[in-house]
Amino acid sequence: MGGLLTFRNVWVEYGDKVVLENVDLSIQQGSFVSIVGPSGAGKSTFLRLIIGQEKPTRGAIDLDGDKLRAEPGPDRGVVFQKYSVFPHLSARDNVVFGLDCAGSPLLGKLSGARRRAALDEADAMLAAVGLADSRDLYPAKMSGGMQQRLAIAQALIRKPRILLLDEPFGALDPGVRLDMHELITSLWRDNGLTIMMVTHDIKEAFKLGTRVLAFDKRRRDPHAPHRYGATAVYDFPLDKPGAVGPEALAGLGK
Amino acid sequence: MIPLLAAGLLYLMASQARHAENPRDKLLPTPTAMVEAVQLMAKVDPLTGHAPLLVDTLASLERIGLALVIATALSLILGLGLGLLPLLRAKFGPLVAAIAVVPPIAVLPILFIVFGLGETAKIALIVIGVTPVMVRDLAAHVAAIPEEQLVKAQTLGSSTWQLALRVALPQAMPRLIDSLRLSLCPAWVYLISAEAIAADTGLGYRIFLVRRYLSMDIILPYVVWISLLAVAMDVTLKLIARRAYPWAYPERGR
Repeated sequence: MGGLLTFRNVWVEYGDKVVLENVDLSIQQGSFVSIVGPSGAGKSTFLRLIIGQEKPTRGAIDLDGDKLRAEPGPDRGVVFQKYSVFPHLSARDNVVFGLDCAGSPLLGKLSGARRRAALDEADAMLAAVGLADSRDLYPAKMSGGMQQRLAIAQALIRKPRILLLDEPFGALDPGVRLDMHELITSLWRDNGLTIMMVTHDIKEAFKLGTRVLAFDKRRRDPHAPHRYGATAVYDFPLDKPGAVGPEALAGLGK
Repeated sequence: MIPLLAAGLLYLMASQARHAENPRDKLLPTPTAMVEAVQLMAKVDPLTGHAPLLVDTLASLERIGLALVIATALSLILGLGLGLLPLLRAKFGPLVAAIAVVPPIAVLPILFIVFGLGETAKIALIVIGVTPVMVRDLAAHVAAIPEEQLVKAQTLGSSTWQLALRVALPQAMPRLIDSLRLSLCPAWVYLISAEAIAADTGLGYRIFLVRRYLSMDIILPYVVWISLLAVAMDVTLKLIARRAYPWAYPERGR
């Protein structure tokens, strides 16, 4: 299919419990994929598969034509709903962390001219997410929205092939959430990112995404509900934003 | 401060009452008698050529200082290892828990037999007494670092070594200092016990020695002095922790 990220007949099972079944998808470079679905429909497992926290029981996942490494790595950036930033580092050090790791295997911290270059790069990234004035703050002193901005800057510094967002705006106030929507949309557009976002907010999914995947179980066995797994039951490519509205999902989960 | 003053006043009244009945009372010495006794202890004894107060203080501080340095270093290494590596925790966690249950004073005879009556046994007693608790506390704290943080670090290219050095270690340090502060009290208990049983210098040795002569005029100032030393150590550690790890102590209220 030639996508950036392809799933071929992927299954995830724990013992006799089937979580995901027969996931067959191809994610194109530069797309913004929203993933929605009821709780327990395998959204998180799907994301954990891509991050590499989890291995498929059957099937294969390819990134850029190569087999996806089944452990987290710098080719896949991630922003979680909480605990995404390091509490013991200032905003600036949080962003530099990725460059430190790449440049200094032994000490985990750059020094001298390389450190200064890395700091400049981090400052530019902080400015891009609107945190230029907060670079010396520790996360504990930041609001929830600022922490998520920081988490995004931190994830982007290693220029990941895919940016994974796990309910990134779920814990934010509505007004702050709108600001974050603007931020992530402009970052995505300006930098040609490929984003996959899990969200509970269907409106948000359609507003931001170029493609919406709805995960749910195709079949149900009332006597053994765990024997059937979830998969992408709806797949809406949104050529023009807003071509398909949230009402299309009204029948979901019934 | 006021309760302390009240206690002092109460003591003065009781002391005076006893001295009114018996001017040679030894149980509640007057402040004058205590000052004289301290002066005597602080003066160089022509027989030994040392001032007992100074020699005792230095000997005790050397023992407890050395023991706490060893205990802290051990706790840091073991705590990080047990906290970060589930395999190590599964193998050695129960062992540490079992050792933590053994009353250290019960082990003291063994230490005296194995290490002799010298400094080693006393230092070993303090180390054995405080280390297991500190290890368990630190391991639990490190194990409680959210998985999101560890995954995030890995997606920023962090190796296990860099993860330990840049994520786990700095977050463990303030906790280690806090748990060291809590260990000060048991450490002094073990020190004084060991000195009371077999020593020829030390604050604990001295108060148990002069107990034979009912010398409350020496014992009371020594107890105050020991308390002051303990408080000074506690305050110093607290200041070090707040200065070195300001992120761990966010100010309350905004």
